[in-house]
Amino acid sequence: MKESKRRSAESWAVEARGLVKTFGGNRAVDGVDLQVRAGTIYSVLGPNGAGKTTTIRMLATLLRPDAGEARIFGYDVRREAQIVRQLIGVTGQYASVDESLSATENLVVFSRLLGLGRAEARRKSEALLEEFGLTEAAKRPLKHFSGGMRRRLDLAASLIAQPPLIFLDEPTTGLDPRTRAQMWDTIRRLVKTGSTVLLTTQYLDEADQLADRIAVIDRGRVVAEGTADELKASVGRSSLHLRVESSQDVDGARRLVEHTLGVKATLSAEAGKITAPMSDADKVTDLLIALRAAGIHLSEISVQKPTLDEVFLTITGRGAQPTASGENEREEALA
Amino acid sequence: MNPSSASAYSTAQARLRNRPGFVQTLRNSLTMAYRGLLKIRHTPEQLFDVTLQPILFTLMFTYIFGGAISGDVHSYLPVIIPGILVQTVISTSIVTGVQLREDMDKGVFDRFRSLPIARIAPLAGALFADTVRYVIATVLTFCMGYLMGFRPEGGIGSVAVAGVLVIACSWCVSWIFAFFGVIARSASSVQGISMIILFPLTFLSNAFVPVETMPKWLQWFVNVNPISHLVSAVRELVNAGSFGQDVAISLAGAAVIVAVFAPLTVKAYMRKA
Repeated sequence: MKESKRRSAESWAVEARGLVKTFGGNRAVDGVDLQVRAGTIYSVLGPNGAGKTTTIRMLATLLRPDAGEARIFGYDVRREAQIVRQLIGVTGQYASVDESLSATENLVVFSRLLGLGRAEARRKSEALLEEFGLTEAAKRPLKHFSGGMRRRLDLAASLIAQPPLIFLDEPTTGLDPRTRAQMWDTIRRLVKTGSTVLLTTQYLDEADQLADRIAVIDRGRVVAEGTADELKASVGRSSLHLRVESSQDVDGARRLVEHTLGVKATLSAEAGKITAPMSDADKVTDLLIALRAAGIHLSEISVQKPTLDEVFLTITGRGAQPTASGENEREEALA
Repeated sequence: MNPSSASAYSTAQARLRNRPGFVQTLRNSLTMAYRGLLKIRHTPEQLFDVTLQPILFTLMFTYIFGGAISGDVHSYLPVIIPGILVQTVISTSIVTGVQLREDMDKGVFDRFRSLPIARIAPLAGALFADTVRYVIATVLTFCMGYLMGFRPEGGIGSVAVAGVLVIACSWCVSWIFAFFGVIARSASSVQGISMIILFPLTFLSNAFVPVETMPKWLQWFVNVNPISHLVSAVRELVNAGSFGQDVAISLAGAAVIVAVFAPLTVKAYMRKA
């Protein structure tokens, strides 16, 4: 009877409109709209306390929204919660696996709960442990697992029923860079097999690396939405960074930059570094020739695209952390 | 009515249903009970209380009160062993509530909540698994009694029936503590509240001393206390091998507890889940 409505919803894995959740006097989520196309990676990006986890918990039927509505593949999270639960896998911010059991036992228990038979559950668990490189640790108690192993097991547990939609709440928070990269590969692989992934992150580069689309969320509201490139483009152009060899030349170099490119250049706090917006890449050739003619030697030249960090700063009016200089951006994103 | 994009991947489910049926509820509960047993296997130290308490209490109470109450230790045994049994096994059921609270604070409960399983399964499973504790406590108490010279007149069959009766009643009582486990904010507060309820219940009974020695107003409470009836029922069974009215009263009391607390607990849990 609801056939037509269902069909129109087919391409949307998640449709949320005006989600609100209030804890006491605090509106943790204050009217969030999200639309996630099936088969894509969608990232909800925001600082701590922006409402990311609360949003995910409402979509995953773990929390009841105070207002608004959300559909998962066309099924209402409130009225058809049990069906929604059959379509999703949730990997929480704090690994939602059983500390007191071994890795195999965890997966077997979850498999049995999902309706797999005894032998089938065992087979599935072994296959998943193998896939996530946990076979050797399968019998060890989880207490001795590293953070990365725990996350991998957590993710494996979310994949038992091969759900078409997977929620990952900050999947790489607290992981070392190498384990993070592994996690990213796993997430990319998931999407190749047809799953939809909705992940939250406070790392700008993670959203940049993985997501097809990004929603920037701040104080419980979506403040920007689009592809990484769209978001970056909304902030502005790339910038040119120059460093001169001897500091006496800085003023001369800056004058030349401003004259040749026709823009205002800024002198950064570190001596000898000039930054200027770059609208026309072709003019840089003229600038380099002019610098050579003036006898000014460069020690470094680079072009920087706007980072999501800058996007974030521009949109929310504040960064995740105060940005000192461009060079720290990656470290900060990682911090 | 399946959206094709969704159904294409959910191979584990034949079809999407919004309500778990009775068979699934039972299956889920048994799986959760299996999880509880696995937990016990991995941390056997959590059985410390159920192993030590029967040994310690049986020894202590028998030798302390034996002479004063029954003239000598040996003739006190038929009185004290059923008393200790009920007291020990019932107080073991507190652990159910405490562990439920600890469990629910863990991340794994988020996963249970996000799984398409019967909502009551994590609760019922935990309570099922805990009957293992009651069995251990029961067996140990009888063994201690035997070692100390207790020879039940009713015979081994009646002892077994008495054991099952106590285990069944404790399972029913554990719903009270499961309720506190669900509504309380911390595990230690569950322990606190439960002790306050359990201490008067078990001590203000005929478990340790004859009721006639107590003041009149107290006798009234002791005589209506369901624990007293359970103790009397066990005494009758192990010492005479006969079913009395007390068995019926104990079972009826236990049923009332379940009828009141099981729905309350499930409702409170659902609200949180």
